Amino acid sequence: MEKGNNSRRDFLLTGLITAGLISGCAPKADPFEAGASDIAVASGKKVKLLSVDGEEIEVDEAFLKPVPHMPPVSNTEARIGIPGKKFVMVIDLSRCKNLKKCQSACNHAHELNPGENWIKVDPMQDAEHTAPYWEPTTCMHCDEPPCVKVCPVDATFKRQDGIVLIDSDRCIGCRFCMAACPYSTRVFNWGAPEIAPAIAAQPYSCETSIPQKKGTVGKCDFCADMTRMGELPHCVSACPNGVFAFGDINEDSVSNGAETFRFSDLIKDKGGYRLMEDLGTKPSVYYLPPVSRNFPFESGLENDKVQNK
Amino acid sequence: MENSIIDEKIINDLLPQKFGKAGKIWIALLTVICLVGLFAYYRQLRYGLVVTAMRDYVSWGIYISNFVFFVAISLVGSLITAIFRLAGVKWGSPLTRIAEIIAVAAIIFASLIIIVDMGSPERFYYLFTHGRIQSPIIWDVIVITTYFFISLLLLYYPLLPDIKILLRFKEKSGNGLHKFYGYLGSFWKGTPAQFKLSEKAINILCITIIPVAFTIHTVTSWLFATTYRPGWDSTNFGAYFIAGAFLVGAGAVVVAMYVFRKAYHLEKYITENHFEKMGRVVVLLSLLYLYFNMNEFLTPFFKMKKSEEGYLTGLFSGDFAPVFWFAILIGMIIPIIILLFKSGRKPLPVFIVGIMVIIGAWFKRYLIVTPTLLHPFLPMHDAPASYLHYFPSWEEWAITIGSLAGALLIITLLARIFPVIPIQETLTEQHEKAV
Repeated sequence: MEKGNNSRRDFLLTGLITAGLISGCAPKADPFEAGASDIAVASGKKVKLLSVDGEEIEVDEAFLKPVPHMPPVSNTEARIGIPGKKFVMVIDLSRCKNLKKCQSACNHAHELNPGENWIKVDPMQDAEHTAPYWEPTTCMHCDEPPCVKVCPVDATFKRQDGIVLIDSDRCIGCRFCMAACPYSTRVFNWGAPEIAPAIAAQPYSCETSIPQKKGTVGKCDFCADMTRMGELPHCVSACPNGVFAFGDINEDSVSNGAETFRFSDLIKDKGGYRLMEDLGTKPSVYYLPPVSRNFPFESGLENDKVQNK
Repeated sequence: MENSIIDEKIINDLLPQKFGKAGKIWIALLTVICLVGLFAYYRQLRYGLVVTAMRDYVSWGIYISNFVFFVAISLVGSLITAIFRLAGVKWGSPLTRIAEIIAVAAIIFASLIIIVDMGSPERFYYLFTHGRIQSPIIWDVIVITTYFFISLLLLYYPLLPDIKILLRFKEKSGNGLHKFYGYLGSFWKGTPAQFKLSEKAINILCITIIPVAFTIHTVTSWLFATTYRPGWDSTNFGAYFIAGAFLVGAGAVVVAMYVFRKAYHLEKYITENHFEKMGRVVVLLSLLYLYFNMNEFLTPFFKMKKSEEGYLTGLFSGDFAPVFWFAILIGMIIPIIILLFKSGRKPLPVFIVGIMVIIGAWFKRYLIVTPTLLHPFLPMHDAPASYLHYFPSWEEWAITIGSLAGALLIITLLARIFPVIPIQETLTEQHEKAV
């Protein structure tokens, strides 16, 4: 585990330490009493933390103890998925102004080769006299995934929780899945991806999709590692406008981080739909139409340039 | 007595001949082209497919076009050998060996070029260890392997009586080649029992190769037709591919007939009558292919569905229009016009038509793959500029041309080692005629 996923794990660890401390630091009792025997003597150096009640508290540095992290999931386990779950995403087109924070967070979190995007934001105009809007697309995590059907070696697979993932250690790079996907969501690593050597040397994990490898296909993985921890995918938490909401259809709830919605109500009230329903791919990503918009379409134009590479 | 003199003359005419000066230059040229292709492939292995011009939208390029082209050409083995034989077309027998040699060379390079297209070729064996039967690629792997072995046997069995004849000319073939012949066929004594067995085996192979040949090209068309893409999502695709394959295969045979006839002075064996007859075959196949093209393009053009509009206008009047109309004209219309006239079915015009058909067919395969990929359902927008168009890189051209040269090299070498016209069959027919 120490070898695996250094930068991201470290980042998560810091988060968990803080979380652990905060929950332990309710001012009722001495949280450290029980384990006091195996904790070093107070060093005198104090660290400032924020409690759940919003109070600023000081803790001795020596008491900071890492909370053990969940063991990494093997790629065999990653193929099965999380029992009882069925993940869905709702993308609210009335809130999108092409900020592309989702894209940069995604690219960063998955250590993507510069220039490659798993999330694309396209200006759409359905007909001559209809209004243009911004449409972010991720992998649709179809229930009838055309990519999985055509894969000759079972490198891309669908799990019981609805997530479609790729095993880069299995992928032979035939790109049939790319031809089969009607949403053009898949990305190929044409050359060796430009990533830090330490990350490139890690063993590949299907749930983090890290590291991307030369000659294999990559795509949006619904941040399967985050969802396993009960957290939101990176695009969802990165979007300041709450465009993306993510959740479990079995619980009938989706959240964009700030607000939580009843999924069925959201779809009913706002007229949710899926892309290319006529193809029968049954996507897990739903769209809310761009009505009563938060931003004019034009506000997204300045952020829209075709990348040059 | 007279018979045996004629026999010796025939054998002497048909024995494989050493390369002359032109032959040596030809071999050297092909080898150089292959080596350039190999160097390009070395670069591709080292840096990845990034050396090609393929990107996320055009994720298949001329490698796949070339693969389809090779599979198409390889179908000729079944057309000339099996269909003619089972239909009792006697005049076709001098052409069977040429057809089988082309088929074997083409199917070898079809398999190689598909490995070249893979992003991780070192995992090729996963197709066998992790293969999933629901993927059309696995179907293709199975039928291409089957077709390769049937083609090889169809080349080999009819060779056995000829090898017996070749073994008599040790000084002519040289030591190494003589040993090779011995290794291949010294067990063949030419007894009636052996002839009967061989006849039976060839018949079985001829019957099995027809469905397998139809399958390889139909499955190849399904690699496209099982997707949703405009231009590929067609129920016509299997038949359309088969018709095109028979046409380009027949084109390849007439070109090879002409070249071998000139190079080996086989005017007595590959006669003007053969060109006349093959000309008729080519015109029939051109008309058939034209018919399937009409099916493929006229009805979508009539409807102009929004998802197909960009693709279709691109072909008819857009960026791809010059290549599209060039392929239609040179690959079908002009050959039909030339071959409908009796004087168009003389050796030279038939040879020229054959070349036109082959060139047209190659570009047709290019048009089957690339334009569709440049017209996805969602806009090509949020991607690097280099992703939005496709023109093959020098590495792709070098590898593609290298593979074509490689196929020609195999054809040339097989024609150097084995008689391009079956000797024993020619003798038998001669005897039957004499009686």
